[in-house]
Amino acid sequence: MADPIIISASPHVHSARTSKKVMYDVLYALIPAFLVSIYVFGISALILTSVAIISCIVFEYLIQKYLLKTEITITDGSALITGILLAFNLPTNLPIYMIIVGSLIAIGVAKLSFGGLGYNIFNPALVGRVFLLVCFPVQMTSWPTAIENNLSIDAITGETTLGIIKEGLMYGETMTTISERIPSSMELLLGLTSGSAGEMSALALLLGGIFLIVRKVITWHIPVTIIVTMAIMTGIFWLVNPELYASPIIHILSGGAILGAFYMATDLVTSPMTKKGMVIFAVGIAIITVVIRLFGAYPEGISFAILIMNAFVPLIDKYFKPRRFGNKIKSKII
Amino acid sequence: MLKTFPKGGIHPEENKITSSKAIKRIPVPKIVYVPIAQHIGIPSEIIVEKKDKVEIGQVIAKSGGFVSSNIHTPVAGTVTKLDMIVDSSGYKKQCIVIRTDQKNESNFEVPDFPLKKEITMDQKDILQHITDSGIVGLGGATFPSHVKLDLKNDNKVDCLIINGVECEPYLTADHRLMLEKAEEIIVGIQILMHALHINKAVIGIENNKKDAIAVLKEATRDDKRIKVAALKVKYPQGSEKQLIKAILKREVPKGGLPMDVGVIVHNVGTIYAIYQAVQYDQPLIERVVTVTGKNLENASNFWVKIGTPIKDLVAEVGGLPEGTRKIVNGGPMMGKAIKNTDVPVTKGTSGILVISEEEASRQESKNCIRCGQCVFVCPMGLEPHLLMNLSEKGLYERLSDEDVMTCIECGSCSYVCPSHRPLLDYIRFGKSIVKKLNTAKN
Repeated sequence: MADPIIISASPHVHSARTSKKVMYDVLYALIPAFLVSIYVFGISALILTSVAIISCIVFEYLIQKYLLKTEITITDGSALITGILLAFNLPTNLPIYMIIVGSLIAIGVAKLSFGGLGYNIFNPALVGRVFLLVCFPVQMTSWPTAIENNLSIDAITGETTLGIIKEGLMYGETMTTISERIPSSMELLLGLTSGSAGEMSALALLLGGIFLIVRKVITWHIPVTIIVTMAIMTGIFWLVNPELYASPIIHILSGGAILGAFYMATDLVTSPMTKKGMVIFAVGIAIITVVIRLFGAYPEGISFAILIMNAFVPLIDKYFKPRRFGNKIKSKII
Repeated sequence: MLKTFPKGGIHPEENKITSSKAIKRIPVPKIVYVPIAQHIGIPSEIIVEKKDKVEIGQVIAKSGGFVSSNIHTPVAGTVTKLDMIVDSSGYKKQCIVIRTDQKNESNFEVPDFPLKKEITMDQKDILQHITDSGIVGLGGATFPSHVKLDLKNDNKVDCLIINGVECEPYLTADHRLMLEKAEEIIVGIQILMHALHINKAVIGIENNKKDAIAVLKEATRDDKRIKVAALKVKYPQGSEKQLIKAILKREVPKGGLPMDVGVIVHNVGTIYAIYQAVQYDQPLIERVVTVTGKNLENASNFWVKIGTPIKDLVAEVGGLPEGTRKIVNGGPMMGKAIKNTDVPVTKGTSGILVISEEEASRQESKNCIRCGQCVFVCPMGLEPHLLMNLSEKGLYERLSDEDVMTCIECGSCSYVCPSHRPLLDYIRFGKSIVKKLNTAKN
């Protein structure tokens, strides 16, 4: 026998599931939303996404090679996904240098300075987005409006659905008058509205989300809990006073709720590892999101909510453990 | 809905290539190597000397205590030496080497025992026979069977569970035995029910063995006390605790035994051995072994004498194929990789698995991406990623607090980990240290 016999401990077989395959599943799930984005915003969506992906990968390479002098991990697919998710959370008419700055923050600060893939506490793409939102509030909140901008780079900017509602309510308007200016639920579902690159079509995002659940990359716990909790909370307010509060359907179909619930909050690294923990985490995100949307200064709040709950993940993991087999049952012998 | 255990579990590729292969006999080996530590507990004490002549079935090492077992010679012949040889644990172990007497006809008779349904012995005799015959758990755990049957008077055991799950991929030894010796197994169950005064028995079989389920249902039609439960295919259902949970919804308490929830579990192979011991006074000197692997020419199931070197089995299936990189004693999930084929078959050897290049090597371990798969699949409700971490960092107190000792080492966590982290390796290591610390404390 030429080759030596391998001695290793059991198990001797593996499921053939790899981190890379997990990452690529996430990638495939994002394709429908990306196509909608290109259809709605045209070439600018393509530019935005390409710039974000390339700068994320390049920054990861440069930092690992020259600054950290560690193994280069750009092929594991995680930088690619950070790039896409960051792009999906940005308006398509954002100046290119801002996209690059956002990528640097996402990869350099949120990911690599914490130790790289698996060690980051906060969702890198969201850190990038929130950093840009805080630094460049004007550019970050002027979105191109849909369809008429298709294939034109000089976009007419408009506000998002939730932005219109928030402003309207501030000036004392009622939901009945505001509702004439906002897209219908069907338009929200299909994505024919204004907003960040990837948050457009709830339907396309749902499609990808279901794919992720079927492929067992994520479980239903986080997305479903977020959406149900948001629906209940906004539903209560809406029932109490429909003139002052938008309906749950508007809340769920706009403001990146679906994108956040299925793709951002479920980020494996920055979410809890037990199903009980996931539910708690998701309830927290939904509550904070609704509170920010209804009572805060920002019209949208899921990015902040996810980042805030990211900070609680270690604590959640510590206190919400799976039920141990045979625990809390007194043994008669011992 | 088929029954199964509720928490965790995986479904690896079944690869039951040998399930339609009838159990064959292999030629009697010229030399047998019989280790004296074939069971969990105290090793047996050798009672023969070099050059002694022994008759088939004679006791050559006697039980070293209560949790121990007799060992009988599988062949008639001469003890050539008492030696230290490497067994499947990878360590050198005391072993009795016997050269088969080629002229002694008892070695070559094919045992033929007609079905004997009538149970004539009383409780005490039955238990004595089981003890004397050196019967241990043949599912792989090799726990001396008489210990499980030694019930105190105040016991509340009301159900006997027969483990015919065989959830390990590739292995088909129990499957074939159930098909070929169904009636005998039922008598074996009746013997135990008689001896233990139990009125309920359930045979648990996974639903990928529909033929065995049908055969046993047919065999139990006259005895309403014995039921056959078809179980959903899910690893590690053959684990005692998971099996009890699946069939009776009873949960063995942490650190407890099946007896604590009124159950005794025996493997079908063990039941057959008990039948042989009680009805025909046959000691445990042979067992069924599946010899399998994707590239083997004639993978099949065999009746093998204890002490037969594995190379004899490998020769019987057409030799080691080109590119063999791993030989496993047992199944792919919990079996032990062995160094060479000189290792002998022992009472716990349920299969020999030959693995080729592409499946044998492990992939490089990457960072944990916190996907939670290990937590989802752990049937004991543990957090393997955390246990590995604590073990790596040497935080043994916390490791103990996180219930590391309840790990059943099924390997589901390492199996699913997309980052190929050696979770179970670290958990085993941590367990061994925690065990030492606990012993030191007491």
